[in-house]
Formats: sequence, structure tokens, C-alpha cells
Amino acid sequence: MKDAPGTRDYDWWLLAILAAICALGVIEIYSATHGSALAGMHMKQVRWLVIGFALMFALSRLDYHLILDQAPILYLLGITALIAVLLVGHTRFGAKRWINVPGIGELLQVSELVKLIIIIVLARFFAEVRSDQLDLRDLIKAGLLVGVPLVLILKQPDLGTALVLIPLLVVGAFLAGLQWQHAAAFSLAGVLLVSAVFYPPVSRRILKPYQRERITSFLHPEEDAKGSGYQLLQSKIAVGSGGFWGKGFSNGSQNQLGYIPVRYSDFIMSAWAEEQGFKGVLLALGLYMALLLRLVQNAQRAKDRAGMFLVMGVAAALGFHVLVNVAMVIGAMPVTGIPLPLMSYGGSATLFVFLAIGLVMNVRLRRFVN
Amino acid sequence: MLARGVFVSYWFRNDNRLPQARLAIASYIIVGMIGVLLLGFWKLQVIDADKYSSLAERNRVRYIPVIAPRGRMLDREGRVLVDNRPSFSVLLLRDEPAQVEKHLAGISEGLGMPLDDLRDQLNNTKNLPKFQPIIIKPDASPADVAFIESHRSDIPVLEMIPVQRRRYLPGGFLAHAAGYVGEVSEQQIEASNGKLRPGDFAGKTGLERQYNDLLQGTDGMRRVVVNSIGKEVDRLSTQEAISGKQILLTIDYDLQQVAEQSLGARPGAAVALDPRTGEVLAMVSHPALDPNDFAVRISADDWKSLNEDRQKPLLNRAIQAQLAPGSVFKIVTATAMLEDKNPPESFTTFCPGYATFYGRQFKCWVYGKSSHGVVGLHKAILESCDIFFYNAGMRLGIDRLSYYGSKFGLGHKTGIDLPEELPGLMPSAEWVERVFHRKWYAGETISVSTGQGAVITTPLQLARMIGGIAMGGVFKQPHLLKDLPNVGEERVALSEQTVEKITDAMYGVVNEGGTGAALKLAGVELSGKSGTAQVIGYATRERVGKQKKFEDNAWFVGYAPRRNPEIVVCVLVQESGKHGGEAAGPVVKEVIKAYYDKKNKKTQGQETAKSKRPDSRNAPARVAVVARRAALKPEESAAVVPARASAEPRR
Repeated sequence: MKDAPGTRDYDWWLLAILAAICALGVIEIYSATHGSALAGMHMKQVRWLVIGFALMFALSRLDYHLILDQAPILYLLGITALIAVLLVGHTRFGAKRWINVPGIGELLQVSELVKLIIIIVLARFFAEVRSDQLDLRDLIKAGLLVGVPLVLILKQPDLGTALVLIPLLVVGAFLAGLQWQHAAAFSLAGVLLVSAVFYPPVSRRILKPYQRERITSFLHPEEDAKGSGYQLLQSKIAVGSGGFWGKGFSNGSQNQLGYIPVRYSDFIMSAWAEEQGFKGVLLALGLYMALLLRLVQNAQRAKDRAGMFLVMGVAAALGFHVLVNVAMVIGAMPVTGIPLPLMSYGGSATLFVFLAIGLVMNVRLRRFVN
Repeated sequence: MLARGVFVSYWFRNDNRLPQARLAIASYIIVGMIGVLLLGFWKLQVIDADKYSSLAERNRVRYIPVIAPRGRMLDREGRVLVDNRPSFSVLLLRDEPAQVEKHLAGISEGLGMPLDDLRDQLNNTKNLPKFQPIIIKPDASPADVAFIESHRSDIPVLEMIPVQRRRYLPGGFLAHAAGYVGEVSEQQIEASNGKLRPGDFAGKTGLERQYNDLLQGTDGMRRVVVNSIGKEVDRLSTQEAISGKQILLTIDYDLQQVAEQSLGARPGAAVALDPRTGEVLAMVSHPALDPNDFAVRISADDWKSLNEDRQKPLLNRAIQAQLAPGSVFKIVTATAMLEDKNPPESFTTFCPGYATFYGRQFKCWVYGKSSHGVVGLHKAILESCDIFFYNAGMRLGIDRLSYYGSKFGLGHKTGIDLPEELPGLMPSAEWVERVFHRKWYAGETISVSTGQGAVITTPLQLARMIGGIAMGGVFKQPHLLKDLPNVGEERVALSEQTVEKITDAMYGVVNEGGTGAALKLAGVELSGKSGTAQVIGYATRERVGKQKKFEDNAWFVGYAPRRNPEIVVCVLVQESGKHGGEAAGPVVKEVIKAYYDKKNKKTQGQETAKSKRPDSRNAPARVAVVARRAALKPEESAAVVPARASAEPRR
């Protein structure tokens, strides 16, 4: 079988799950915005989804080995783009994250693209590691590969996107044969770093004021119910008041009256949980679980290690998004600005997910190809 | 894809050993992660659902009080004396300080408020939560409302709330009796058994305070749904406010107006009573303040200046000016003499213009100008001869004078339905003993018998006393509420002859060439008694000595007809430097004339209320009044609670 893969080789189950999650997102975006100045936003999201599907199919046609071949060039392009953003980027919401793409005119969030590039670069890197055990030198090399863009993204500053790069590294290293003693050592270092972030004398030096405020309001949301703890508290109120059965479509007071912050984007799960209740949460999280497990299954059936790393990189990124976003919505993590994949409104984030799934499809389509 | 082998690099060849075990672990981790998140949702949505439901409800639903309009005050014929007007307060939303800063200059210009004033208000309230708007202008003019309406989109930080404000007749008409409203004090909240809340308005003085419970009504409550920025988006239920009851007063608008105008700019008071019922027909105190100023907000500074004003505009002189009654008191002495027959009715003295008692010279008011010659009781009252009453008083002694004075209500509150009344003082031997720990000096009796010395009275007390004596000893409790139940009444047994003699003499004061001869009114049996009293009281005189010169206070208490009168009017003109008959008498005459004019016209139809405003602001005279307590305290300060009022009393 030398020819291009046929349509029946697509992972239709994965596409179905994807479509279901997108549908939930569009429904909730409609519910959250239809009565406000933002009305019509769900249609914009549908537009992004259509573009996303198109890109996904396009990317799936291009053999991933070709893409992996170009990994070093992609990496350099990514780093250059990040530096460009820092130099000439467009500032919105107090951070330089956007860059104007000539011709398209749309603002593109470069760091989303960089996430994709890092998935590719790491897949290439770990695929080249020939042993079953990842030695320390390779681990540090991988760390540096991730570290450079991570620092650049932190500079924007965009803590959320920067954090996503870490699970890419961790999952990749784990599958590449990370040794337990290394894992232990790095976990310890990680724990120390996180504690430092929560420890005021240290955090004062390394975090921006708004980042520290988010951490403080995460630790003590009730103390500042009208200030920055407001978001977390209101989100918890929305989720909790939804109860088991929910308040019904477009009937959540927290959502409809605007108590939930950015209810159509980062906190869309909060709006969903309020209106659809625990049963709706069960459905949404069930779909996400199915999506992630389906990705793992695709990884297991990949033709080669490179494909497996690509798929698992995508799974790591999406899983981390889901974990951090949903944990924030229920008040278990501070506000980081990480959207919920495919449900949150947003152009760049949606396109990233579809391109990532495009890579997965790519790997799947070529599983039987020699 | 024939070329694949060419393009694809060496690095992935023969590499299909996948870490299946670790991939399996990854899927367990995914299941575990979703499970943990679901547990989190279970905790919030199932275990703690009730708690968060009530929090969401608290977010969503606000209780907004619907202020009940206060009851109106009507005069005895149903004409409106006090009512309400709708008004708007201008709110400044401070959620976004940058926005506020940006628009401050525009707001200052648009609302005609000094920029510094706005900044002060912002500074004073910077400790309040930002989501709580502040009232920057409590009583918006139509121009302000138009400005805010037309700039809704470009100045988003301004908002208006509708409020009801009290409207009083202009120029301080009936100001003291009506009183004014203000934000409730903590004491009032405590005393109200939970009926009043902080921020509520309640009567502070006068009738507003006396009948607050009637006037106040019951506030309603509106349950509304608000969005996250506090904007009302839906109404759940409304419990309507129950308006306060309107009260009908005994005041006669026409007489009140004549009294206000006739007293004019002079500091003093006028009270008109119907002695048959105790109804107060008019009550004037000048200088007056405009209670409309208090209906909004008064700043601490303005309050201070009002309070320290030497003219004491806050004082209701009709019930709070406690002054020596002067010769009006001679009616007490005369009545006591006739009742006790000591000295006998035929008693006469010779008045050379002065007399000497206990080695000290006492002058009659005609001293240096003329003398009264031989004086009997009738003539003594007509011409107000001091020498006669010095002698009569000395014979009676302080105990009897005090007994009768006290019987006629001196030294006691009349019980009028106003919260600020003061009792005056009827001195007695027992009183000096108690207060000064000394014996009564016989010389003091001489002063008291002509209404000088320690005896002090309010205009209302004198009106009630003279009216009661002319009624034959029936003293009705003065009151302002038309339907006051159980109007008090005191009876003092006076013989018919006594009443006849006293009222004949008071008739003579006006109609037989007495001190009130100028007041003669055709067709009306106007009777009365004048009084001209030294300003400073007994105690004050001892303190300041005699080096200071004070003008005399002028009194006149008149009534008509001569027996069983329908109207009694007491007028006080402070420090006029004139005789009671000259300064106060004409006011009495005008009020009584107006009463009879109106009575005679009654059949021809109702008179309509016109309002001419007495100007009470520029009175130059000094006032020295023995006021025992300040009726009011400056509770109002220029703070920022919504529904609070402001405006400045000019001065």
C-alpha cells in the first residue's frame, strides 16, 4: 500500500468525540453571550471550528515524517517569532502575545504555534534517543530545547502557555525511558520551585505583581471577594449552585448576570457546570477522557516511536489544558489564563488544537504504511 | 508517494519498539485525573450545593427599600403646609478610578461643582469599597438631569437615583413649628425598636419629630435581580410602601401669614391660640431658617455657623424663649390680689414715679417723665403703674404670687405637642432655698410682682395664661394637631368678680386710653396687656453687672372679645427698645383684625392662600435669650450615604 491513505483510515471515533466537545462549547458560548453585547460570538467560534477542521485535514495529508524532518528549522522559526513578538508584538490585556500576520490581518498568538513546534521538536528529539533508558545528558538537552522558548514566553508574559511546555517535556521524557532517580530529583526541584512561588519573600522577586495577586487570591479567595479573589469565588459559586441537575440552558444566574468572569472563554466550564449541573460535567469530562484515551490508543498503535511521541505530545498538551483549566474553575488552582480546549472561545487556541489533532490523524493514517 | 524513501531521513528507521507499559500508565493517569476533577465537582455540586446556591441567590437578588412618602401637613382648612417633591441624587460610580479621573473635569463643569469640591468628596470616601457609588450631588437641578441624560454614553461614571424630599413653604414659613427631617441618629435607631435603619430619614425637630410615627409610613421592599455590575435587570416582587398619614393642623394659613409678615424682620415670636379649645392658630418665631435647606444635606460647617449664630435661628422662640414677662405679669399680681382680697380691692397708692422699699429705690416706668398720681387697680392695669403693683406684691408676698403664677402655668410646660418646649421659671422661696441655698429677699418680691427678677416665661405660656384667665379660669392645653385626642384642661377657681374686673381692665388697656390705646379696633373688643421687660434675667444680671446696656423686650398679649375670647395672641419683639404696646401691640392687632376680617367674610367664600414671604434674614438686633438646652445636635455631616441630602444653608 503505497498510495495516500483513504478516508476510512481516519479516526472517526476521535472526530466524533471532537465534534461533540465542540458542540458543547458552541452551545455554551451561545448561552453565555446571546443576551449581551457579545451576542453572535458562537458563530465566530463556528467559523474558527470550520477553519480548524480544514487545517486539520490539510495537515493530516502531509506525512509527519516530512514535518519531523524540518523540526530544526521549525524550532528556529518559532524562537525567531517569539523574539519578534517581544520586539514588535501587539500588546493586549497587558501582555505582548499577538502579532499581525500580513494579508490575513488577524492577530495571531505566536505562542500557540510554538506549542505545536515544541511537540514536533520533542518528538524528533526523543525518537532519536536510541536506548530504552533516557540518560541525564539527553534529559538536560531536552530541557534546554524546551527552556529557551519557555523563558521567551514567560517574558511576554504568559505564564499559562509557558507552563504547558513543561508537561510536553515530562510526558516525552517519561515515554523515552526517564529513569526513576532522575524523575525523583526533578520532581523535588519542581516542588521546591512551586513552593518558592507560593512563598512571598521569594515570589516577590520572580513574579509579576498580577501573578502574585492571583496566587494570593487563590490561597485566600474569600478575603478579597470583590477584588481578584472574586473570579475564583464566583466561579465556585456558579459551579456549586448548579447542583446535580443544573439550572438549565441559558438559565444560570451567575452566567447570565455576568458574575462568572470571561464566561465564554477561560471560565466556560463554570458556565456549563452551572447550567447543566453535575450530569453535564460528567458528560463533558467523559468526552475529554474519551478524547485523551483515544489519543493514547492512537499512540499505542503508531507505526514508530516518532509518531507515538507526536501523538503523546498532543495528548500531554491537551490533558494539561483540561487539568489546569478545570481545576481553576473549581477553585483548586490559581487563575492562569489557560483555556479549555475546543470549548473556550478563541481563534488561536482552537486552531492549535485542530492542528495538533491533524498531527495525530497524520500518524494514524500512516500506521500501516511501511 | 514513491519518493518517500528518498526524503525520509535515517533517524526513525527500524524504530517501532513502543513503550507500551508506560503508555498504559499514561492512560491510567488520564482516568485518574478526570476522576479527581469529577470528585472536585461532586464536592461543589452535590455536597456543598446548598451553600453555593444561597451564595448565588445572594449575588443575584438585592433588597431595595422603597421609601414611603412622608405624610403631608395641612392647615385647618386643608391647605398644604408641608409636602414632598421628587428629586434626583447624582451618583458617581467609582469602580474604575481611571475613568473617574478622566471625566472629573467634565463632571465639574457639567454639574457646576468646583473641581476641588469633587476631589475632596473622593478623598473623603476613598476608604469605602470601590463598588459603592458616592452621592456627589444630592439634589440635582433640571439642568443637571439634562446634562447626565445627554452624556450617558460619554460619561459612564454618572448615575442618578430618584428620591423624595420634603418641601416646606418658602421663606421659613411656619419653619419652627413644622421642624425638619434629617438622617436618623443612633439614639433614634435604638429607640425605634427596629423600625428605623441607618440612612433613614426621620423628623428631627418640631411637628416632624413629634408626629414622626404618623408621618413616616412604612417603607416597602423591592426584590430585584441585579447583574454583576449591580444593574437591575429584573424585578421579582414588590412590597408596596405605605405612605405616611397626612396630619391636619390647627394652624390657620392666613393668620400665620399675617403674623409672619407683621413680625417681619424683627427677632421675636408670635403665638395665636383659640383659648376655648387650645388650638394654636399661628406660631411664628423669627429669625427663621429655611427647613428646605435641611431637606437635603447640610455640611458640618454650615451647621456650626447656624448653631453659633447670635440670632439663634434654630430657636423656636414661641416655646423656647424664656424671658421676663414684664408688666404682663401684673395680671397675675392683680388676680392674686382680688382673689386673696389682700390688699383689698379698694387699695390705692400714690405714684410719684418711684418708691423706696427696704432702703432701695424702685422706679415706675414713667419715672422722670411724669407720674401716675393716685392709682387704683383699674388704672394701675390700664397705665401699667409699677408702684401700685410693687405695693400689692409686697402685701401678697412671694408665696402667694408664686402660688398664682404657678397655677396659671408659669414655670410649667404648657404641654403643647412640640418636643422642644421649655418651662420658664416661677420663682419661690422654696426655689431660692433649693438652688441658691439662701433665704428669699423681700426686695425680690417687688421685682417679681411686675414681672421682673427671676420670673421668666415663654410667649406660649403668656398666651395660654391670659386666654385662660379671660375664659374665667379654664386653661386648655395648647396643641397643633387638629384631632388631638384628650386635650388637657386645667381649671383654676376664680370668682366671677375677679374675672370681670381683670378683663374690664384689660379692655381698658386698649379702649380706655391705656398703654394699648393705639390698638383700638373698630367693632372688636380687643383687650390685652402690654409688657416691657429688661432683657437680662435675674441670674445674668448678677453675672454681667450693669455695665452693659440692653434694649428692652416688648410684649403684648391681646385677645378678643373681652370675655370668653375666641382668640388670644401673644407677641414678643426682642430688644426693640420700645414699649410693649408700641412694638408688639400692632402685630397682635393685625392678627386679631385678620381673624375677624376672615370670620366676617366667611359667608362670601373661601380666601385663597397667597404666599408672600416675610424676610426674616436681615434683622440687625441682638438677641439674648435664656435657652437652657440646644434642641439639636449637628448629626448631619457631609458624608456619603445614598439617600442622604445636601445643600447649604446660606450664611
